[in-house]
Amino acid sequence: MMFKPIATSLTGAIHLQDALPETLKMPSVDWTAVGPATILIAGAFLLLVVGSLARHTKWIHGTYVWFTTATTAVAGFAAWRQWIRIRKGPFTAIADAINVDGFTVFVTTVICTALVLAVLIADGYLRREDLEGPEFYVLAMLSASGGIVMASANDLIVLFLGLEILSISLYVLAGSHLRRVESQEAALKYFVLGSFSSAIFLYGIALTYGATGSTNFNDIAAYLTQHIILQNGLLSAGLAFLVVGLGFKIAAVPFHMWTPDVYQGSPSPVTGFMAAAAKAAGFAGLLRLLLTALSTRSLDWRPIVWALAIASMVVGSILAVVQTDVKRVLAYSSISHAGFILIGLQAATTEGMAGSLFYLLTYTFVVLGTFAVVTVVGKRGDGSHAIESYKGLGERSPVLALALTLFLLAQAGIPMTSGFVAKFGVIRAAVDVHSYAIAIVAMLASVVSAYAYLRLMVQMYMNDPVESTPSAASLTVPIGTRIALVVAVAFTLFAGIVPQALLNFADKAFLR
Amino acid sequence: MSDFLRSYLTIVFLAMAAFVLVGGTLSISRLVRPKNPGREKLMAYESGVDPVGVGWSQSQIRYYIFALLFVMFDVEAVFLFPWALRLEAFGVFGLVEMGIFVFILLLGLVYAWKKGVLRWV
Repeated sequence: MMFKPIATSLTGAIHLQDALPETLKMPSVDWTAVGPATILIAGAFLLLVVGSLARHTKWIHGTYVWFTTATTAVAGFAAWRQWIRIRKGPFTAIADAINVDGFTVFVTTVICTALVLAVLIADGYLRREDLEGPEFYVLAMLSASGGIVMASANDLIVLFLGLEILSISLYVLAGSHLRRVESQEAALKYFVLGSFSSAIFLYGIALTYGATGSTNFNDIAAYLTQHIILQNGLLSAGLAFLVVGLGFKIAAVPFHMWTPDVYQGSPSPVTGFMAAAAKAAGFAGLLRLLLTALSTRSLDWRPIVWALAIASMVVGSILAVVQTDVKRVLAYSSISHAGFILIGLQAATTEGMAGSLFYLLTYTFVVLGTFAVVTVVGKRGDGSHAIESYKGLGERSPVLALALTLFLLAQAGIPMTSGFVAKFGVIRAAVDVHSYAIAIVAMLASVVSAYAYLRLMVQMYMNDPVESTPSAASLTVPIGTRIALVVAVAFTLFAGIVPQALLNFADKAFLR
Repeated sequence: MSDFLRSYLTIVFLAMAAFVLVGGTLSISRLVRPKNPGREKLMAYESGVDPVGVGWSQSQIRYYIFALLFVMFDVEAVFLFPWALRLEAFGVFGLVEMGIFVFILLLGLVYAWKKGVLRWV
């Protein structure tokens, strides 16, 4: 998409018709490159049509979750095919708009995992709340496909397209609990602020295009290595707007204002999906954009990312401590985690990127596991999220309390859990490039946020059950949630005790 | 001023012309028109319907659904027209792409139909 001035004057524009070629050259479509996203979209449309034509019986509603899981498994298989093919080297497809490399496959895996865990949790949730239907699964699959498009984008326009597919589905998902006013409020807030950030992102694309003459990452990188830009106001503004647009998606301070309200109001499985998949996709876009297209401008963006990381960690950790609603605690903790992941990006090294990716993978399991427990404790109506509701949970349901304890310890970064390895990875990357200040802030922030998690554990174990604590009968865990919890617990321990295999996977996920 | 910014001058001039035009016509008509307000004249006018009740009254949700479906197919038409105009240039690839696009929208229509939003109750 190189810039070609077609018409320089108004009279030239009249003859535009003559300037167009008789036949346009269409790019060939490489189906391996877009496999996972295409499979998810096809599965979503199939489910939408079949689900709306089928009779509404309990049995049919129960099959949706397994259909979604199977579709995601096929998408995962397509990602594995990509992995086989990129052993011979990464490749770009469809007129250089799609990039397939280890990074793409890694983020695709993360998003597919988040999708499966989220729908497994949602199955029991939708049944409990009388919201059964294909819509949730369709929207979740479409949203995930948008995230995969973002991860494989090699062009600013494709990145924007993925961002919109991801976000628009998420706006609807956030409001999918039809009888909760909070859910509607969350959807509206997310929609208004999200479209605002999309508009800013689009403006950033326009300015970057104006400065470099291309929207393709490779072309932008090539242009910036070959040219010295004397007046860099245009490019700097474009860079700033792009970071704002993606910073909103990953919920970095100061673009985090929507996060607590939206996380609190959205249905609990959606919040988990949002925290895992939307964050992973946002980071995928940010990492690829900054580390490939704008890698030569790292002197410009590294201080920005540095400031965002520190602000996110400090604000997220401190405000998590004073919340009285568990979903808001988790919202602020997710802001603080975004700060940690930004540390890896700030280092702007291969190790830093591998650290960020590994963090995203572990965070996906931890946050979805946490929200699996939150969904169950939320009781029918999805309203019981005050921190008092967890009083005496250790007595009422020891297994759930133990699982939640593990996830909270992992979020705090305690050794033998995945969170420790993840935090260690990003902080080591920062120390390697002598960013000592950010490493110290990171360690202090994780101490502060540990207090927020410990507060919840104290509620669970050192208090007797009160009236707002869910009764043992309402704490029955649906089969889907049970599977999700077992998987999340197993992964959190596995990645904490023997992380080497996963670290290798993240190391191979380097960018070209 | 760089060439890049200079080319934006056209837009600035056009915007100024727009303000002058609108401001000019409104102020001239204000000067020459007779002024004789009455209760009927100051009433809000909306498609000939008398304004009754408060402004925050609820409206029918089905209007919203129809508006949504209209926007969907309106946007479809926006994509179809330029494609039809340059049909030969896009060739078979364009035909298949447009077929997929229309098919996906059709699936949406099937969904809307089964949801019962097309029925006027």
